[in-house]
Amino acid sequence: MTAEARPAPSGSPLLQIDNLVKHYGARGGARKPAIRAVNDISLTLRAGETLGLVGESGCGKSTTGRCIIGLEQPTGGRIVFDGKPVEHGKRAALTAMWRDMQYVFQDPFASLNPLMTVFAILSEPLRLSGMSVAEAQARVAEMMRLVGLAPEHGNRFPHEFSGGQRQRIGIARALALNPKLLILDEPVSALDVSIQAQVINLLEDLQERFGLAYLFIAHDLSVVSHICDRIAVMYLGRIVEIGTREEIFQRPQHPYTQALLSAVPIDDPDLRGKRKRIVLQGDPPSPANPPSGCSFRTRCWKATEVCAGDVPALEPKPHARQAVACHHAGVLTAEPA
Amino acid sequence: MVHENSGQPLLSVEGLITEFRSAEGIVRAVDEVSYQIWPGETLAVVGESGSGKSVTAMSVLGLIPRPPGRIAGGRILFEGRDLLTVTPGEMRAIRGKAISMIFQDPMTSLNPVLTVGFQIAEAMLAHGDMGRTEAAERAVELLRTVGVPNAPERYHQFPHQFSGGMRQRALIAMAIANRPRLVIADEPTTALDVTIQAQVFEALRLAQAETQAAMVLITHDMGLVAELADRVVVMYGGRVVETADVRTLFHAPRHPYTKGLLASLPRMHERSERLNPIPGAPPSLVNRPSGCAFHPRCAHSAGRLPCRTDVPVMREIEAAHWSACHYAEELRQSQERVEA
Repeated sequence: MTAEARPAPSGSPLLQIDNLVKHYGARGGARKPAIRAVNDISLTLRAGETLGLVGESGCGKSTTGRCIIGLEQPTGGRIVFDGKPVEHGKRAALTAMWRDMQYVFQDPFASLNPLMTVFAILSEPLRLSGMSVAEAQARVAEMMRLVGLAPEHGNRFPHEFSGGQRQRIGIARALALNPKLLILDEPVSALDVSIQAQVINLLEDLQERFGLAYLFIAHDLSVVSHICDRIAVMYLGRIVEIGTREEIFQRPQHPYTQALLSAVPIDDPDLRGKRKRIVLQGDPPSPANPPSGCSFRTRCWKATEVCAGDVPALEPKPHARQAVACHHAGVLTAEPA
Repeated sequence: MVHENSGQPLLSVEGLITEFRSAEGIVRAVDEVSYQIWPGETLAVVGESGSGKSVTAMSVLGLIPRPPGRIAGGRILFEGRDLLTVTPGEMRAIRGKAISMIFQDPMTSLNPVLTVGFQIAEAMLAHGDMGRTEAAERAVELLRTVGVPNAPERYHQFPHQFSGGMRQRALIAMAIANRPRLVIADEPTTALDVTIQAQVFEALRLAQAETQAAMVLITHDMGLVAELADRVVVMYGGRVVETADVRTLFHAPRHPYTKGLLASLPRMHERSERLNPIPGAPPSLVNRPSGCAFHPRCAHSAGRLPCRTDVPVMREIEAAHWSACHYAEELRQSQERVEA
């Protein structure tokens, strides 16, 4: 199945983000410069679609996810979910929205209350939504079966389950009220390799069955290339490239995307040394003090004067279909210096 | 790199058994593990959490906390000498000199109140034969070797002034400071971002070229194995289940676990309709399955009795390719069918 083969989604997007900004520590006249975690991000996500948000630690991908679901108050910008603006700081409005939008956390050990049985964990959202005990019991059993857990294990505690099973519990909890969008924040990174594939397959099955949209936040590009329809690559609080899986993985245009893809170790010993690896110099700059112009320029082998001056706009290029934020976007030809 | 695996191995782990006392009884984390590493070679030890890969390495380094840990059997021969019978003083002289280590988390392996340069120099001073000035000079040179920019300035900085990737490079510098013959690297890049991982691979490669040390690379990342290892040891449930050279292991695995693991990985340039996971979960060490520990998850066993009753021993299926599966030969046949 390719992205092109999917029916073109019509109508208004399920999630629309316009110019989202999140700065930390900017208030109160503090001496310390603000941490610019997210800097002017715009995205859309359609019903039933999986959008990958990739980048390295500190690039702002989780902050973006947390702003969308209302766990963080954005500094600027607008988030519209299912036709309604997300009302940050308004508890009742957020609670209502959470019926349709849920978050799955990376660490299934930390995100489940150790003192609650699985039944209690899974029935809590149902009871809060006004469901009777009998209805909740039936629904919990159904959800447990759905994610591949035995309903008779409902009276067990989280510590009695393996990591993969705990992540299934986290997913079941997120699905309790039939949401339209799941924000999956590194949902398989904490799991053993042989278990990751189980959870990825489960997520794909659930998406097909319920028409869920996923915002899939991850740093593992192999997993992202498998599950995502479209991918946004983030660097230092900005999206530097966004396109379909094929566009990003086959014809990356931004030097950072190219470096990121080339850095992934490939599990084929025959390709050792045959692949050109771009080893970037240095570390990502601090989001408290980002470089002027293009924030990637300090590590970029294509950087010129113009890169220090202007922040490149994220826009489609004549030779590519995806949007790229680079003054020198183009397929990888020149040897990195 | 092709290795003549003749002559004396540098390190030979033989029938190692490491146990821990726990509330649920004795846990055998390492169960009769044997492997060898030859001079200059990179040996990857792969496995999931609880496979015993790290506990084996800690046993080699004499770092098993006792109690609750206990080495209950086996030998660890390093250059012919059994590390299980040396005195703690002799072990300290070996550790950090002839054998050194790189751990996963560079923040917890560096002392936060000492400068990075001092800690590298200290590694050399602790093992004698060098003056302070000379050690300091060599520490700067080592930082340069592993790709730390502005090494003389960086020498005087503290760990918190280093980024994660830089700290890991400082640890690599420290690990090669005494020109060890064996470096044990436990998940050296797991905590790092992809582009920083690439830098650290490079540093590891340079460090190895500089010292000609053999390296035991403990990891769960098959990509890293494919990029760096000469030979591979696959562990499961506290035991070694397969060993082979890296190409053979990836192209013609002879253990159902290895096969399943490789088949379950998502690949960046292929989009398959579905991934092929291994069902179930890694075994609990407290309540290990009978017979072959992998049998409850095995696609190949098909419920055959020996898998449930007999612990399979490692057998040489073809030259230098060992598998602990009762039916390893059948896997070879199915492989040939696929190729035909």
